[in-house]
Amino acid sequence: MKQVFKRPESLSKTPFHYCPGCDHGVVHRLVGEAIDELELKNRAIGVAPVGCSVFAYDYFDFDFNQAPHGRAPAVATGIKRTRPDAIVFTYQGDGDLAAIGTAEIIHAANRGENITVIFINNAIYGMTGGQMAPTTLIGMKTATSPYGRDASTAGNPIRMSEIIATLESPAYVTRVAVNNPANLMKAKKAIYNAFKLQKEGKGFSFVEVVSICPTNWGKKPADSHKWLAENMLPVFPPGTFKDVHGVEKA
Amino acid sequence: MSKWVINENLCKGCGICIARCPLKILGFADHLTPKGIHPATILNEEKCTSCAICARSCPDVAIEIFKEEK
Repeated sequence: MKQVFKRPESLSKTPFHYCPGCDHGVVHRLVGEAIDELELKNRAIGVAPVGCSVFAYDYFDFDFNQAPHGRAPAVATGIKRTRPDAIVFTYQGDGDLAAIGTAEIIHAANRGENITVIFINNAIYGMTGGQMAPTTLIGMKTATSPYGRDASTAGNPIRMSEIIATLESPAYVTRVAVNNPANLMKAKKAIYNAFKLQKEGKGFSFVEVVSICPTNWGKKPADSHKWLAENMLPVFPPGTFKDVHGVEKA
Repeated sequence: MSKWVINENLCKGCGICIARCPLKILGFADHLTPKGIHPATILNEEKCTSCAICARSCPDVAIEIFKEEK
């Protein structure tokens, strides 16, 4: 018997604390696999955000830091500039990156820091109990928008990948989803490409992963993936918005 | 040796592997784990092609897949 699938070595043996069905675990695994395949485990330094993935440092078997809310790209900048040989990435949610941390991500991207950002967008604040996020869909019910998000008072869902792709400096900006096996393989490739670019010193890479939050959406995990495909993907369409070095064609 | 191995201490019973199995040969076990959930289990291992879609979809990386060598 030959083993065809196993837990990546970059993941520690600690069980995830995430809710049943949460996409964080899948994306953690994809990050671990990319780092294993590129043989970067001894050089990798991650920066965890504030949010559900605040404990990411327990789940990866390499060095990790944890930044104040939204400031992960600033902390990653500091680590990368003092340790240019390290492979530095941030792992942030939408409440962290698209709300309180908007300034940090925009300016880290604009400076073209040679870091990788993994952005989990599930359109809600997960850890604090399902409040409305800047990425919440119009009409979506959350703890702080019980009648559904109203564009006249709360604005429209913010599309971070499109915003970052308008800047000149980033090397790679893409949006993926993990709602079915086909999209999952595309997400794996995108995360691999992002780390490959950093390894080659080619600049800022940004991967947005459209994800589910079964607990705060009030849905079963399998139903959440269906809801994501029907409601979130039209607003946050998967695709590559910027690929300066043509890494996807290589 | 089994083609499909689950670490029941990691399984949270979300059912994503059961929903995504192309051959529909996964299901919930009758017994409970220490967490108090019915873990996923393989119902018909002979049919399993070791495609690993279940393992790749598992948010808790609880499944390992083996394939017979020819």
